[in-house]
Amino acid sequence: MTRPPEAVPEPVRAARDLAARWLLPAAAWDRSEGLPRDVAGDLARAGLLAPDVPAEYGGAGTGQQELGEVCATLGGVCGAVRGLVTVQGMVAAGLRRWGTAGQRRTWLPRLASGELVAAFAATEQDAGSALAHVATSVEEDGDELVVSGRKRWVTCGQFADLVLVLGRAPGGLAAVLVETGRPGVSREAVTGQLGMRAARIAHLEFDAVRVPRDHLVAPVGLGLSHVAATVLDHGRHTVAWGCVGMAEAALHDAVTHAGTRFQGGTPLSAHQSVRAVLARSAVAATGARELCRRAARARTHEPGRALHETVLAKYAAADAAAAVTRDAVQILGSAGCAPDSRAGRLFRDAKVMEIIEGAQHVAETHIADRLFRDHGVPAPRPDGATA
Amino acid sequence: MNEITEQVTEFLTLALRRPVAPDDDYFALGLADSLFALELVTFVEERYAVTVEVEDLDLDSFRTAARIARFVRAKQGHPAGLGAGDDASA
Repeated sequence: MTRPPEAVPEPVRAARDLAARWLLPAAAWDRSEGLPRDVAGDLARAGLLAPDVPAEYGGAGTGQQELGEVCATLGGVCGAVRGLVTVQGMVAAGLRRWGTAGQRRTWLPRLASGELVAAFAATEQDAGSALAHVATSVEEDGDELVVSGRKRWVTCGQFADLVLVLGRAPGGLAAVLVETGRPGVSREAVTGQLGMRAARIAHLEFDAVRVPRDHLVAPVGLGLSHVAATVLDHGRHTVAWGCVGMAEAALHDAVTHAGTRFQGGTPLSAHQSVRAVLARSAVAATGARELCRRAARARTHEPGRALHETVLAKYAAADAAAAVTRDAVQILGSAGCAPDSRAGRLFRDAKVMEIIEGAQHVAETHIADRLFRDHGVPAPRPDGATA
Repeated sequence: MNEITEQVTEFLTLALRRPVAPDDDYFALGLADSLFALELVTFVEERYAVTVEVEDLDLDSFRTAARIARFVRAKQGHPAGLGAGDDASA
């Protein structure tokens, strides 16, 4: 008796097709100049660039679970491709949630179609986890806003057409859309970094860049608390799923190697210590996947818990990706260290996953706060006593 | 205190893990973490079946429980500011 074919949702099937096509190029992209810009077009044509943008804005209206599966599928092959989908989705999510009707109509269809590739510029030299300290200035000048400052580590910053910039206006933090074609925008490609080498990361400089006032997303003062928070929440979700894909792919490579590699006439898979490592990796990857599914469910059905569940899932998934890829490289041995090793590349990328979209230590702080809250423990007073 | 103000105050007291009065500005008091503003918006939307649009956002409408209650009533079609025991400072 044959089993009926697995029902694979269309976006996931499309992601599998592209992932199969990009498995080999991914290693070359990592080694050389990074993702070609055409990848964005291929993703858009497959309905996978910001796939959760609703149909009324030209998107595929993909649900959270399917969006996650897409990111896991792409993430297992190339972290940079998943990174492109992540940042496009982040900017689209910020606009969808906090853009005016006019901004949504103007920008979302162009993001969904791939006409524009977006990036999110928040990090600065002195503002990483503490984004409230960004120094990039946003000043009003008649009907225009003037943006000046330096942003670092902007994923897809080398070829992005549209950047959502977090800056500081006289009335508070502000999120502003800046087209990179405007006078005063310059980019410095980042190369040779630990991981995500193909993600076309750039440091961006804005030298008195003028944009129309309608490029401000949400009122001044809400750029971080509402816009960037929404953007980063979306990013955490897709990064988390990408990490699941990384862990599962590295585990696949480790299991395959352990089952086929003989040393002294004995397969690696016969060694108890190798089996133990594989078992722990399987549990870590499966646990991360289930927490991501739980986050996707909360994002769909229980919005009040969505932010927290997403932090939890991203933390667990980044941890699983880091651990499983490390152990996979160990089992693969020299094959894991080779220039084209997928496990080796995912291992380098996984470390970055523990830092972006909320570093692990920041996530732990949040998770612990929530724990105290759920258990009714009062917050400590400044003098160390409890309220 | 009207019912909505009471419910919002109860949520804030649980979420911020300390007593919050209807007119306390928890953002100014530094009690909110980086996810709290969004969580508050989500709470209001879920609990009161309203949608918070960007046009609804300004620096002040979510600053205190009493102001949130006034916002909710306005969204639900009640004339703003008519609730008994409303924001005394408004």
